[in-house]
Amino acid sequence: MLNVSLFIQSIVNGLNQGAVYALVALGYTMVYGIIRMINFAHGDFIMVGGYTLFYTIPLMVNAGMPAWMSVIIAIAVCTIVGVAVERIAYKPVRGAGSMSALITALAMSLFLENLALVLFGANPKSVPAIFNLPMIDFAGAKLPGKALITLVIGLAIMLLLQIFIKFTKLGKAMRAVPQDKQASTLVGINVNKIITITFAIGSALAAVAALMYCSTYPRANTEMGVMLGLKAFIAAVLGGIGIIPGAMLGGIIVGLVEIFVKVYLAPGWYEAITYGILIVVLLVKPTGILGKNIGEKV
Amino acid sequence: MLKVNNLNVSYGAIHAIHDVSLHVEEGEIVTLIGANGAGKTTILHTITGLKKAASGDVLLYDNNLLKTEPSKIISLGMAHVPEGRHVFPTMTVEENLEMGAYIFNSKDDIKVGIKDVYQRFPRLKERSKQLAGTLSGGEQQMLAVGRAIMSKPKILLMDEPSMGLSPILVKEIFSIIEEVHNQGITILLVEQNAKMALSIADRAYVLETGHIKMEGDAKELMDNDDVRKAYLGV
Repeated sequence: MLNVSLFIQSIVNGLNQGAVYALVALGYTMVYGIIRMINFAHGDFIMVGGYTLFYTIPLMVNAGMPAWMSVIIAIAVCTIVGVAVERIAYKPVRGAGSMSALITALAMSLFLENLALVLFGANPKSVPAIFNLPMIDFAGAKLPGKALITLVIGLAIMLLLQIFIKFTKLGKAMRAVPQDKQASTLVGINVNKIITITFAIGSALAAVAALMYCSTYPRANTEMGVMLGLKAFIAAVLGGIGIIPGAMLGGIIVGLVEIFVKVYLAPGWYEAITYGILIVVLLVKPTGILGKNIGEKV
Repeated sequence: MLKVNNLNVSYGAIHAIHDVSLHVEEGEIVTLIGANGAGKTTILHTITGLKKAASGDVLLYDNNLLKTEPSKIISLGMAHVPEGRHVFPTMTVEENLEMGAYIFNSKDDIKVGIKDVYQRFPRLKERSKQLAGTLSGGEQQMLAVGRAIMSKPKILLMDEPSMGLSPILVKEIFSIIEEVHNQGITILLVEQNAKMALSIADRAYVLETGHIKMEGDAKELMDNDDVRKAYLGV
């Protein structure tokens, strides 16, 4: 017999986990969409966010502010790191081919992790509680308030991003550049500026993902971004890399699949099944769930 | 208004454009004709900053375009309809037109601009919500022209607008070019279809393997035996 409260709990946990993946996947997919490059250092921006939260939450609390306000500092720090990585490491190799870009990204990932190791040491840091919310009863299910609030934040950000991309001038320019750089330049869009803004937004989303992640798993360490980044990358590919709604859909699917496999099938198998789904989707539809090809007319 | 002086352009070791000089005066239609690979597109790309020049000058009024950031050139009053249309395929027709007015901020002005384009191209109005990648070649060409005139240019560079279109559409596109010209926009037209191009142009340049071979009045070039043999197929 189906246990309704367990089912509801799993849905909320899955959506919560999925929203974290989705926010990180957005960073991968937006950068890929615009410069056809997998930014393997993107997962490490989450780590930067995690450490920023660890160091700034006590300061916030001492100043009498709510702990979650630290996310504003984390957003600022991640944005600066993301834009700096793009300007210093990626921009010089942009014309040098995809292999150089890929290796540079892997190098940046290792560099950030090792820099964190030097700065913060190897021991994991316990991030203080971010949300102090009670359990909420819903249809007989006990749901952690912090899971609900992070879920709402994650979904709200995705909605805002979608509105931004769809309707604002800057958002439209961000869509135009990946479609045709030459035509974008000709209508007056500064492509380099758009690339920088894309990195800034992706890194800021990674900071929010760090807040959501640390509210559930309150630990910051140098490798926290690796697995999370990999899963989010899978989510982006699953949904169709380069496609913004695809990243959101892919993230939610990966989150739900993980939780449901853990709860209902076999706890140890959740990663194998997630990767299995990715392989099946790519076999059936190599461009991902929402991916499509529009041929060029000549 | 547009002056190109002793332009040289290279692709790596290949010297593609040799000492090309040309000029376009206010109100003219000037055409640059030549065979495939002669360097016509390269010249247009260099004028709008998509390709770097090795040496020479490109002046629009008093602005040196070779020293201008490419995305700023459209604000100086020059728009470029590139070869192969280059519409934004997964944006709607209307969004493509909005992108054409990227340099403007007033939403009302942009709306008026779009209305003007729709009046000129009723077909685009019918398809305003359709993705540009799903349009036919002729419709995409209209959209590319419409997007370019959204920036209210004084001079329009057009690269092979007739490429890949049926003879009826070619006629339509050329009548559009004349119409745009009648509205006071100066035109520099690159074409392989020399006959059509010479028939609407005031002056012409003939480009061969990166050199200007001939230049002069379009009607006179049309009667020139060498041009007739090489480009008009008679």
